[in-house]
Amino acid sequence: MTYIAKPRLHHPNLTPNALGFTRRDYEGAVSTLCAGCGHDSISAAVIQACFELDLAPHRIAKLSGIGCSSKTPDYFLGASHGFNSVHGRMPSVLTGANLANRDLLYLGVSGDGDSASIGFGQFAHSIRRGVNMTYIVENNGVYGLTKGQFSATSDRGSKSKKGVINHDTPIDLVSVALQLGATFVARSFSGDKAQLVPLVKAALRHRGAAFIDCLSPCIQFNNHAGSTKSFDYVREHNEAVNRLDVVTPRDPIHIDHEPGTTQVVTQHDGSVLALHKLGDHYDPSDRVGAMTYLAQKQALGEIVTGLLYVDPAAEDLHDALGTVDAPLNSLNTAELTPGAARLQALNASLR
Amino acid sequence: MQPTQTQGPDYFHKVVDCQWACPAHTPVPEYIRLIAAGRYTDAYMINWKSNVFPGILGRTCDRPCEPACRRGRVEDEPVAICRLKRVAADNKDDIASRLPSVPQIKNGKRVALVGAGPAALTVARDLAPLGYEITVFDAEAKSGGMIRSQIPRFRLPEEVIDEEVGYIASLGIDLRLGQRIDSLKDLMGQGYDAIFVGTGAPRGRDLDVPGRKEAAANIHIGIDWLSNVSFGHIDRIGARVIVLGGGNTAMDCCRTSRRLGGTDVKVVVRSGFAEMKASPWEKEDAMHEDIPIFDFLTPKAFTHEGGKLTGVVFEKVRAEYDAKGRRSLVPSGEPDQHFECDDVLVAVGQENAFPWIERDIGLEFDRWDMPVVDAVTFQSTHPGVFFGGDAAFGPKNIIWAVAQGHEAAISIDRFCQGEDVAQRPAPGVEMVSQKMGIHEWSYDNDISNDHRYRVPQLDKDASLKNVRLEVELGFDRELGFREAERCLNCDVQTVFAEPLCIECDACADICPTDCITFTANGDEDDLRSRLKAPSPNHEQALYVSSDLKTGRVLIKDEDVCLHCGLCAERCPTGAWDMQRFTLEMTHAGQSCRTR
Ligand SMILES: Cc1cc2nc3c(=O)[nH]c(=O)nc-3n(C[C@H](O)[C@H](O)[C@H](O)COP(=O)(O)OP(=O)(O)OC[C@H]3O[C@@H](n4cnc5c(N)ncnc54)[C@H](O)[C@@H]3O)c2cc1C
Ligand SMILES: Cc1ncc(C[n+]2csc(CCOP(=O)(O)OP(=O)(O)O)c2C)c(N)n1
Ligand code: SF4
Ligand code: SF4
Ligand code: SF4
Ligand SMILES: [Mg+2]
Repeated sequence: MTYIAKPRLHHPNLTPNALGFTRRDYEGAVSTLCAGCGHDSISAAVIQACFELDLAPHRIAKLSGIGCSSKTPDYFLGASHGFNSVHGRMPSVLTGANLANRDLLYLGVSGDGDSASIGFGQFAHSIRRGVNMTYIVENNGVYGLTKGQFSATSDRGSKSKKGVINHDTPIDLVSVALQLGATFVARSFSGDKAQLVPLVKAALRHRGAAFIDCLSPCIQFNNHAGSTKSFDYVREHNEAVNRLDVVTPRDPIHIDHEPGTTQVVTQHDGSVLALHKLGDHYDPSDRVGAMTYLAQKQALGEIVTGLLYVDPAAEDLHDALGTVDAPLNSLNTAELTPGAARLQALNASLR
Repeated sequence: MQPTQTQGPDYFHKVVDCQWACPAHTPVPEYIRLIAAGRYTDAYMINWKSNVFPGILGRTCDRPCEPACRRGRVEDEPVAICRLKRVAADNKDDIASRLPSVPQIKNGKRVALVGAGPAALTVARDLAPLGYEITVFDAEAKSGGMIRSQIPRFRLPEEVIDEEVGYIASLGIDLRLGQRIDSLKDLMGQGYDAIFVGTGAPRGRDLDVPGRKEAAANIHIGIDWLSNVSFGHIDRIGARVIVLGGGNTAMDCCRTSRRLGGTDVKVVVRSGFAEMKASPWEKEDAMHEDIPIFDFLTPKAFTHEGGKLTGVVFEKVRAEYDAKGRRSLVPSGEPDQHFECDDVLVAVGQENAFPWIERDIGLEFDRWDMPVVDAVTFQSTHPGVFFGGDAAFGPKNIIWAVAQGHEAAISIDRFCQGEDVAQRPAPGVEMVSQKMGIHEWSYDNDISNDHRYRVPQLDKDASLKNVRLEVELGFDRELGFREAERCLNCDVQTVFAEPLCIECDACADICPTDCITFTANGDEDDLRSRLKAPSPNHEQALYVSSDLKTGRVLIKDEDVCLHCGLCAERCPTGAWDMQRFTLEMTHAGQSCRTR
């Protein structure tokens, strides 16, 4: 960590966004993570994405569990709402918050330990319920905060810093999310912000459960030869299937549209995703195709990244439950206590 | 772009904007750190070595360093570098023991210096400790040149001049005051091994317009009038004064008038207010003393009655620019204006004059009647005669006179030792890592958010009553400390080692001013268009690495780096290091010589 606070002075030519904020206004406290930790780059990407989307910081809620990754919400969006929950319990706290106030933008931040071990069930249910959120797992293959034990996403055969070989089968969170019905699924790498920032933006503009598995090397415990989550390994095995541009409804839509290679997806809120294909015939609207492709590439030892699946017409948990449109804190007494007649009518309907 | 070559003195020197801009290349951040540490004497001596007159310059310097200061590019105002120099001077201990010792046995070479202004005194200071026998001639009764004769006492007290000129006088030089040199030829005949001419630009320009002769009794040439005030020959002026001109001399004339009985003092200038030669702070000080400045007015005639000046008639002009952007002032067509006054001070420029240099002694003059002087060696076309200060290239200021004095001293030293003067010594440079621990540095890298502090001033009423009372009180230690903390330590350089970088982006992410970008290489314009933040300042270098593992390069735009060291703190591999760059100019002496 660093002793000094990041200086307030900034580049004189920083351009403000539509709200009049510069990128610096989306920062948080100075990071206490190890120097070079991939998680810090993901924080930088979140800052950049929120800045570019002109999001009002006070309309965002960031929630996390426990772990180095789960500490990061302290290091971005210093003016947003935050909830640092217990280990693996971020998804249920987020679900509850979302049900209570559907007007905020929910950003869940977790680690591979937090989501694939102790919080695996929580992760699964929040995804299958279609909670409207962006769920980012900062995936380093270890429990960083507790000094580098293998996590459940560690590949079989990969080697720990001390030289121990992992013999358990890894959980691939992307495959699980696809299987459980996530309506936006992506994988990226902390060392590639050109890819990561648009993915975070697209996820934040997605209605429904948006999941991003972001490989994020643990510089301290998992960046050695023999690791499959190191900078070098990920760079060597990264196979990006597409490159993404996000165009918000406010921007004039101008996409360099090369026929046959660019696919345009319009999301529920009007944001346009321009997907420039890199892989031969990858189709991100085909859930089953995506799962098959991932399995094939995984068998070859390749790490598939990019926007892997998106359903722009997705519904969310509120749609399924038919909840009220307004946040609960805005309901008045009359709306909350409709009176004895309404109660009787309700009771009668259940007899 | 090719990878940046940081070897040699220039690359990192240029990053230290203030030191690069200082004609004498004073190690500014180093002395500012010493002030912050309360080590005033050390801070003073660093200055003394570089610029010879820290107490004088800390009050009067033209401060080319301040417009260059990086702080001025990241917030409103630069560090008050100049006035911090004064803090060192005001708070230092006795420095007698730190002055260079002068050898008892001389080196057998005799050098004559004409003039005892800052240029010649610098030459004397550099050469006397080497064993040269130095003789200084000055027409005035006191040494210091225009520092003493022109700069008013309310800006620069006499004690400060006495003290700093005294340090040089104490180096065993033969100071012949009140002795004007009337013939260079004669002087050359006296067997000196070298002669230095530091006679300044002593002639004030006059204004030849109708009424000049008739009203002569109340029309004064600014610099002559100022020296008369300095030396106590003049102690009053009329109530209504018009100062003609817009430079430093005009500003000193008007402020001096206010202290000698002028109650209605005006400055009238031909150019626009913004284009005036005076520094912004000088104009501010004048206006603060209730002196209005009228611009775009050309003096047309002096009006007079019965042999007594009554005022000045001005024509209103406006600026017109031709296709090449050259300005000319053309009549605006508005009616002429008449300003009444009792006295006029003419401060419209200064000229060189060398009536005492014969033109047949092998020393060439150019078509402007200026001596032909080499801009690097300060040697004239007569090998044994050197020039420096205002005498060399026309009126400038003290710090230039000092810088040129140092260079001339090197030339004289090499010349007297039989070496080629065209060969110049390189400066001494050193790089030292500042790393003390994982995130501990041996400099204070926590950036202050304070805005520039104003120097406290004497109450206006009190100060206008006495021309010898210093207006500025100077920063006290506390204010000096806080102002010193605003310095960004630009001499603590970011040094990058490619082989160590794993391209984790941590440095680029943390950098508060977006200096760092990892990207594909390209030519400079292309790169500047692709950096993380706009890069419009082509004066400032891009620090370009060689190819990294991913084939990209690292680009650091030096422009607005705060030297906060966060890149180095966040780097997991130590690919960035913060290293203090020390550059010391080589002066006359053994290290400037080839043998
Ligand atoms: C009104 C005014 C205000 C100024 N204010 C500032 C300021 O605030 N800051 C700043 O940096 N600069 C200022 N300057 C400029 C600065 O004073 C000069 O640039 C500087 O003094 C030049 O130094 P020098 O050594 O070249 O010559 P000078 O200082 O001019 O010294 C020349 C000396 O040579 C002597 N001399 C000349 N001819 C002969 C001769 N034939 N024989 C013997 N002696 C001779 C003169 O008596 C004089 O003492 C100011 C100038 C003026 C006119
Ligand atoms: C209930 C509970 N069990 C165990 C722990 C100990 N613990 C803290 S962080 C952590 C693992 C975090 O791993 P991950 O989510 O991958 O985060 P990383 O530090 O790798 O970013 C564990 C097991 C805890 N804090 N709480
Ligand atoms: S232990 Fe690993 S995950 Fe945790 S901060 Fe350090 S590098 Fe990052
Ligand atoms: S020292 Fe490093 S982090 Fe600080 S401003 Fe300069 S480049 Fe950026
Ligand atoms: S922090 Fe260090 S290792 Fe990481 S990118 Fe910067 S220089 Fe390279
Ligand atoms: Mg982890």
